[in-house]
Amino acid sequence: MKLDINGTVRDVEASPEMPLLWVLRDVLGFTGTKFGCGMAQCGACTVHVDGQPVRSCVTPVSTVGARKVRTIEGLSTDGSHPVQRAWAQADVVQCGYCQSGQIMTTVALLEQKADPSDADIDAALSGNICRCGTYVRIREAVHLAAKLTRGAK
Amino acid sequence: MTMNRRELLRNTAASAAGLLVAFHVPRGVRAAPAAPALPPANAFLRIGTDDTVTVLIAHSEMGQGIWTGLAMLIAEELECDWSKMRSEHAPAAAIYAHTAFGVQMTGGSSTTWSEFDRYRTVGATAKDMLVRAAAARWKVSPASCHAANGMVSHGKEQLSYGKLAEAAMVLTPPKTVTLKDAKDWKLIGTPVRRLDTPEKITGQAIFGIDVQFPELRVAVVARPPAFGGKVGKYDATAALKVPGVEKVVPTANGVAVVAKHFWAAKVGRDALQIDWIAPEGGGIDTAKQMAEFRATAQKPGALVAEKGKVDAALASAKTKLTAEYEVPYLAHAAMEPLNCTVKLDGDRCEIWTGTQFQTIDQGAAAKILGISPDKVTIHTTFLGGGFGRRANPAADFVSEAVIVAKAAGVPVKVVWTREDDMHGGYYRPAYVHRIQAGLDDKGHPVAWDHVVVGQSIVSGTPFEPMLVKHGIDGTSVEGLADSPYLEGTGALRVSLHSPKTPITVLWWRSVGNTHTAFAMESMIDEAAHAANQDPLAYRLALLKEKPRHGAALALAADKAGWGTPLPAGHARGLAVHESFGSIVAQVAEVSVEHGHIRVHAVTCAVDCGQVVNPLGIEAQIQGSVAFGLTAALHGKLTFTGGQVQQSNFHDYPILRMHEMPRVAVHIMQSKAKMGGIGEPATAPIAPAVANAVFALTKQRLRTLPLRLV
Repeated sequence: MKLDINGTVRDVEASPEMPLLWVLRDVLGFTGTKFGCGMAQCGACTVHVDGQPVRSCVTPVSTVGARKVRTIEGLSTDGSHPVQRAWAQADVVQCGYCQSGQIMTTVALLEQKADPSDADIDAALSGNICRCGTYVRIREAVHLAAKLTRGAK
Repeated sequence: MTMNRRELLRNTAASAAGLLVAFHVPRGVRAAPAAPALPPANAFLRIGTDDTVTVLIAHSEMGQGIWTGLAMLIAEELECDWSKMRSEHAPAAAIYAHTAFGVQMTGGSSTTWSEFDRYRTVGATAKDMLVRAAAARWKVSPASCHAANGMVSHGKEQLSYGKLAEAAMVLTPPKTVTLKDAKDWKLIGTPVRRLDTPEKITGQAIFGIDVQFPELRVAVVARPPAFGGKVGKYDATAALKVPGVEKVVPTANGVAVVAKHFWAAKVGRDALQIDWIAPEGGGIDTAKQMAEFRATAQKPGALVAEKGKVDAALASAKTKLTAEYEVPYLAHAAMEPLNCTVKLDGDRCEIWTGTQFQTIDQGAAAKILGISPDKVTIHTTFLGGGFGRRANPAADFVSEAVIVAKAAGVPVKVVWTREDDMHGGYYRPAYVHRIQAGLDDKGHPVAWDHVVVGQSIVSGTPFEPMLVKHGIDGTSVEGLADSPYLEGTGALRVSLHSPKTPITVLWWRSVGNTHTAFAMESMIDEAAHAANQDPLAYRLALLKEKPRHGAALALAADKAGWGTPLPAGHARGLAVHESFGSIVAQVAEVSVEHGHIRVHAVTCAVDCGQVVNPLGIEAQIQGSVAFGLTAALHGKLTFTGGQVQQSNFHDYPILRMHEMPRVAVHIMQSKAKMGGIGEPATAPIAPAVANAVFALTKQRLRTLPLRLV
């Protein structure tokens, strides 16, 4: 089958029920997307499919079809995306394992809502667990990213 | 501070000559490189010809920020350009042993204080050699040269560290170095952002689970579902039919399915037909076990501390309070499930994993393979959380991976599913505390009889001789026998029962303090209310000989507006606790929404002695509050027939964004000895919340997780 990952169409050999997460990680080598729970509980595996945040750990690869998949590697490799810049400025990360998912969820949120309220942030990001407890700075970074994104437009 | 030569050599490297080498080390481990036998000469620091300064970190970066903090210590003395600083994990080698504990490890909130002198000394040593190299080049005296911002200068002459590194590396190291006075520090004590951010926000950071190379296979292992259970006969026919599955091999007490990738290995593992042998006696049941613990708590155990005649003092006290506190087994539940990659090549073994215990893991692998530990190379990756689970004296996840790789005959990455990780044991043990307190006519404790029941986490491990004294596991009672509240109590008895069970247990962020702080700070609150006194004033009176505790408590209370009006339906509670050499006071503001406890704000005051990176301290306090709140509000493992009943985040919830309170962190100026910061804010939050709930509802909740009735 063919998969459009970060703007490049790739040939992939995988069984149809294999979750997109493992195709990305183990077949294509995109290890920035993380495995946390395998049942859409933690958000570590969040990627975008046609701009919508999805849990790749429960998304059979066969259901992706021609839709465009975007992973953390597709934002920028130099940290220049406004959400990444906000994450750096707010010094968010600790262990860092969940942060690809947090960032991808935030990018999708800001595409829906340019200036999210705290309640919007709660609603969008409560599906993403951070065991280090970086939530205070994530919230700060989301607000900051909204400003940076608006400034960039 | 001046160090003599012997101290210097012990503290830096066996030979400081060649400390500086001019080459660039690529970061990350996507491909398996040849095992690099890093010479001890450049053990802690490399300066590249491109002026980069790479610090080799002897401990594991698991989120606590030591890649940044230890680099700051070197940069402070080296006088280098911070933008040129890089960090990487050191390999496993004797030179990187913990300066206080003797093995290479990360734990006990000890990295910064234990490396404060060593890393500064490395920086000062390197600076001395760079300055002498420049002075020789210019034929001037070293004293007339000046080092700053990554350059050595003399008059108008200037050379960057990168240009001097090769000449400096052949110089004889200095006999002594003089470290800077604190008043001259430029970096230490200032907020510095993390060095590991760029790779962690772009998906490029390599955690253990991300290690890949062409011949690597992935294994998923079936382990006994019940503690005390064993693997019996098994049939691998169906597993071997799964596309991608290559081999099925036995482990010490399980069956591993080896495949091309994780998904095939997992599907194959789930297809195994295994006859599990149930544990003898049927296995642990939580209700029965806790009833036994409660019964055991009725009588004193092994004596931890005793003074006066506690029974008589209790009998004659004006007021007598009796209370039992309980906490359940807890999983660490780090976001990165356990995993370990092993490659065997002749008599050499290479391991890639996120570990807190390099020396222990190296020894365990060597023993299994019958080789010497120096033949085992450990590449420490980033840890997707540690919290103690990746510091296992039993080296469980490393040993198993070595066994699988040996049996499979190919390089293997063993990956645990979330369910495997949660069922895999090495939990924070359950405890019951029974406290009888006698108060005098001022309401102060004059008698205190305290019985603790719960498994020892170090019994049967190599740490037993160090941590178990006279049958007492010190980690079971830390923060209790030495409680500052009890120093003035005339009659005291603290005792401990350490029942043995098949459930494997381990340290969990803040260790014994997780339960002792809950019991002590709740019971002191009960005493304050029994005495009809304000919980803050009552504590301050008991702590009058403990100025650090009192000051932290007073600051947190002041910043939280203790005693000032709150919105209707809100209340405050407080707690202060010392652990790992630091004191943290917290005030929690709570309400009850739809029958659930909601924590709105937490105000923290921390006295951790000398501050290195306040930005990192704030992050650790915020994170510890979240970690402690998960235990206070959600965390509970239960057992039936020896099997854990929880399996994933749907039934073992972790605190989420919408539950996270505002957290204010006030770091105190302190002349005290440097303490730790990764753990000490974890323990006080549960009692602070429970005490606030009491203030709000008059319900005294004595069991974690807190549940309103």
